[in-house]
Amino acid sequence: MSSVAVLSKASPLDALQRWLPKLVLAPSMLIVLVGFYGYIIWTFILSFTSSTFMPNYKFVGLQQYVRLLDNDRWWVASKNLAIFGGLFIAISLVIGVFLAVLLDQRIRREGFLRTVYLYPMALSMIVTGTAWKWLLNPGLGLDKMLRDWGWEGFRLDWLVDQDRVIYCVVIAAVWQASGFVMALFLAGLRGVDSSIVRAAQVDGASLPTIYMKIVLPSLRPVFFSAFMILAHIAIKSFDLVMAMTAGGPGYASDLPAVFMYSFTFSRGQMGVGSASAMLMLGAILAILVPYLYSELRGKRHD
Amino acid sequence: MTDTRLKQGLTLDRVAIYAVLLVAAAIYLVPLVVMLLTSFKSPEDVFAGNLLSLPQVFTVQGWQKAWNTVGGYFWNSVKITVPAVLISTFVGALNGYVLSMWRFRGSQLFFGLLLFGCFLPFQTVLLPASFTLGKMGLANTTTGLVLVHVVYGLAFTTLFFRNFYVSVPDALVRAARLDGAGFFTIFGRILLPMSIPTIMVCLIWQFTQIWNDFLFGVVFASGDAQPITVALNNLVNTSTGVKEYNVDMAAAMIAGLPTLLVYVLAGKYFLRGLTAGAVKG
Repeated sequence: MSSVAVLSKASPLDALQRWLPKLVLAPSMLIVLVGFYGYIIWTFILSFTSSTFMPNYKFVGLQQYVRLLDNDRWWVASKNLAIFGGLFIAISLVIGVFLAVLLDQRIRREGFLRTVYLYPMALSMIVTGTAWKWLLNPGLGLDKMLRDWGWEGFRLDWLVDQDRVIYCVVIAAVWQASGFVMALFLAGLRGVDSSIVRAAQVDGASLPTIYMKIVLPSLRPVFFSAFMILAHIAIKSFDLVMAMTAGGPGYASDLPAVFMYSFTFSRGQMGVGSASAMLMLGAILAILVPYLYSELRGKRHD
Repeated sequence: MTDTRLKQGLTLDRVAIYAVLLVAAAIYLVPLVVMLLTSFKSPEDVFAGNLLSLPQVFTVQGWQKAWNTVGGYFWNSVKITVPAVLISTFVGALNGYVLSMWRFRGSQLFFGLLLFGCFLPFQTVLLPASFTLGKMGLANTTTGLVLVHVVYGLAFTTLFFRNFYVSVPDALVRAARLDGAGFFTIFGRILLPMSIPTIMVCLIWQFTQIWNDFLFGVVFASGDAQPITVALNNLVNTSTGVKEYNVDMAAAMIAGLPTLLVYVLAGKYFLRGLTAGAVKG
């Protein structure tokens, strides 16, 4: 598709027609160049300055990165991201795939069940965080409910336990996103050629074996997509922690995004904050580049 | 691949599958049920009962108090969301049209650069964006938030429309051009009318994203212009006085209802946006 057809005549109106597409796209191009890439470079520059409450452009080399990497709170946030990201992705995938496979068994009321599994995805992370903060409230939440129901020794105080608080965030995040994984895989399952499955059944393979050995391996692209999206959600996670724990107790449930916000906007450490933002960008690129590479290579082979 | 199991009757396996699915559904519903039950209890009731106990007295005082606290910010969110959704969808449609039907040298490169915006960690643009909003006099205004949401929503809205328009046969547009139809005529008369489903997907995606946003709201508009998510977070995380969990839950429901309603009414488009935006990204 090119604009060959318009080239034949050359009245001023035609010339305008030829420029119109570029004119229409120009504002967006400017926005993307300035608002995306210009701003990234700006933040990159800030990360090499001694900026505190206000930006200044006194260059201090890598000093802010050194300070960042010397900061215990940054390491807690990074370690939390590893725990949170790993568990969140793994559990969401397992639950999502499991529900999708079960829903693929000619289930009556499938539409209703799907709606129920997916509704948390429509909610704001702040709403999710508020709800789970209440559910996990030590003394009044599930803690009390299960004791009321007769489980005398039950204790659930992870929300105020600095070694376990990050698991609370995992629970809430899995509740929110696992239905989405289910929807992705259900769409994938509907695209699997049923004759392959029938052939395997004729050969005497049981349904679980067929799923484990044939169907799920054929959904590898869906696994990659789901992994990408979940990893992306994990790295950007901010709202959920802010609503559930605000990073506490202390800074035990900090994630990099919370660290960045707190240092940049509350503690007046703009330089350190910018450095942490750049490391977050690095993390996104580290998962994005291999993904795009394999995607593009895959397309060329088609 | 459902036809393979047509012959199966109500075996033990089937009962087990239904049982697992129903238990899972119940678990997914618990937080919503708890929010609703708690929001209709009196404060004493909240402390006396437990999460799933029914209210002793059914009262809307939690909802009233919540609305008095966050109601104004609910309207802020409306003022931010409606224009931002409409503008970003419209610009996205035009961009997608150019990027699919009127390609020029460099337009593919631009599309690639734009797509990265779907993955951009916003932390890398927060500071420059807040300086810019400050310079423009738009700091702490809903207008400033509209602008920010339009800019950082463009990646997704353009992607939706571009992906739809590349599937439209070229011949259709070429024929219209030979008939003398211009740039905007083709867009308005031919492409827009066939884009209704894509427009729906895009509107719903943007609505959910912008209504649910917290990061931009808390950074660019704390104070009077803050959206409902920021107000809710402030309400829930203030530590002065006795916590009124019924009010917290009512406020959370108020913040969540618009997107829940859209999800229930147009779940099909919501899901399509999630998968299209996510997978193709």
